[in-house]
Amino acid sequence: MTEPVQVSLVDKNGKVGDPFTINMGPQHPAAHGVLRLILEMDGEIVERADPHIGLLHRGTEKLIEHKTYTQALPYFDRLDYVSPMASEQCFSLAVERLLGITPPLRAQCIRILFAEITRLLNHILAVTTFALDLGAITPALWGFEEREKLMGFYERVSGARMHANYIRPGGVARDLPDGLLDDIWAFTTPFLTFLDDLETLLTDNRIFKQRTVDIGIITKEQALDWGLSGAMLRATGVAWDLRKSQPYDGYETYDFDIPIGKTGDCYARYLVRMEEMRQSVRIIRQCTQRMPQGRVMVDDHKIAMPEREAIESSMEALIHHFKLASEGYHVPAGATYTAIEAPKGEFGVYLVSDGTNKPYRCKIRAPSFAHLQVLPLLSKDHMLADVVAIIGSLDIVFGEIDR
Amino acid sequence: MAAVLVDKLKAVLEDILGGLDGCALAPQAGGLVLRVPRDYIVDILIALRDRDEASMTMLMDVCGVDYPMRDKRFDVVYQLLSLHYNWRLTVCLETDEITPVPSVASVYASAGWFEREVFDLFGITFKGHPDLRRILTDYDFIGHPLRRDFPLTGFTETRYDDLTRRVVSSEPVHLQQDYRAFDARSPWQGMTDVQKRETE
Repeated sequence: MTEPVQVSLVDKNGKVGDPFTINMGPQHPAAHGVLRLILEMDGEIVERADPHIGLLHRGTEKLIEHKTYTQALPYFDRLDYVSPMASEQCFSLAVERLLGITPPLRAQCIRILFAEITRLLNHILAVTTFALDLGAITPALWGFEEREKLMGFYERVSGARMHANYIRPGGVARDLPDGLLDDIWAFTTPFLTFLDDLETLLTDNRIFKQRTVDIGIITKEQALDWGLSGAMLRATGVAWDLRKSQPYDGYETYDFDIPIGKTGDCYARYLVRMEEMRQSVRIIRQCTQRMPQGRVMVDDHKIAMPEREAIESSMEALIHHFKLASEGYHVPAGATYTAIEAPKGEFGVYLVSDGTNKPYRCKIRAPSFAHLQVLPLLSKDHMLADVVAIIGSLDIVFGEIDR
Repeated sequence: MAAVLVDKLKAVLEDILGGLDGCALAPQAGGLVLRVPRDYIVDILIALRDRDEASMTMLMDVCGVDYPMRDKRFDVVYQLLSLHYNWRLTVCLETDEITPVPSVASVYASAGWFEREVFDLFGITFKGHPDLRRILTDYDFIGHPLRRDFPLTGFTETRYDDLTRRVVSSEPVHLQQDYRAFDARSPWQGMTDVQKRETE
């Protein structure tokens, strides 16, 4: 065993030395992706943190400008790859707003069902990897088992476990397969037990609380100033959720509560996410019970693909299919900012159309981008190990930060 | 945004701006857009944030849009949100390539990274920004990729050189096949039905 090295910034003349600079990342396992963090340390206290991002920059917004609206949709799966369908839903709503169409009721219900499944997917990962950063391995092992089942639902409905490309402008890509609703309903009860079990591991855990309570506090005023949203904002005590305040896809008809925190620290953010999962289960149950019958895509073949059988028998359907597959649809000129309550916070799309079949500009407002921006503020005067806890509690994903 | 809220916001804005020169209010799908002169942006955002009847406490996004055919080629677009009144407002200003835009980082802290991103991707500079560095592109990147005249493939490509054992990123892009941008604006007007129905 080696002797612990005492590092003192004060030399023998009593002069204070320069802060020590540490490069953390971009391959650090606790950086949740490719975060490069330049930390200026005074001993073990963080003086200044400077996040360097962009290591996963793929030019999504530039690529979207060169794709038709249909071709642009799969890029949204790859933004926040922990909660793919939420981003899809936002882009679809933006396009629908410019087109002036509303998806059928069944499609809206399916969207909400899968938006909430997506929220579970995201929060399970957020909470359990947060615990993993703090040294608890068991929650991650348990959580990923549940995520596996949820991704199974993704696969059954879209054919893909992550990059679903399922929620499309005008509705959803295809109808639910037989028996899926029953299986989702059967999933919810054991899942609530899982949440209780998870809480026994973390909520009253002495080590977990020592690492999270009073760490990375952000006040209500700061949260508003820095443009925070989602669980980050609600943990400071602001009751704000776009599903309630600016409902979309019929959220106003569902019965659910918005949990808020009090202290605005890492622990409050954890508690808010845990309770949000329970509320999501409530919404999922309501969806499975009330799922209306009918179409899952608008009945307009200038926007939606005709059915496979029709293409084989009808000339008109064949032409529609050809035009949609090659040219795509034209969206009326205009601009819109459409935001949804994605699991991480307010996910927005500012879409500018010039009347052609490709977006003129598609700016993606990613919640993680705004959340990572407060990291220097949150981590100032904290210990190095707390930076890891704070990053974990921010719930960031680099797919959408770097775009 | 509900029509009632839009009307109310419109009245509030007309009251606050009070016929300020160069300001124009227009409807936009799902809300309102306020076009303002470039030099007034800081004062207008302070007024919108601090006046109780507007209470725009949050800046959710800042982004650029490039219109290369225009005299002032860029739009800078700010997305404001009021939690109290539950309304949103899009504020928009025009600028050219050279003149810097006054930074609003002193008004809303969240503007810091948003403006860095606009600077990085469009080359629009912000006067008074505390830390205007590139943010999304690589450290030694040249150019501003979201400008319309920047090619999709970029100008240079990156590869690992076995001989020198380092990454080389200054060589011009070499494509086996030219990038093909299909212009789908055909004389066949069948797909524009949606547009017609919208205007009727």
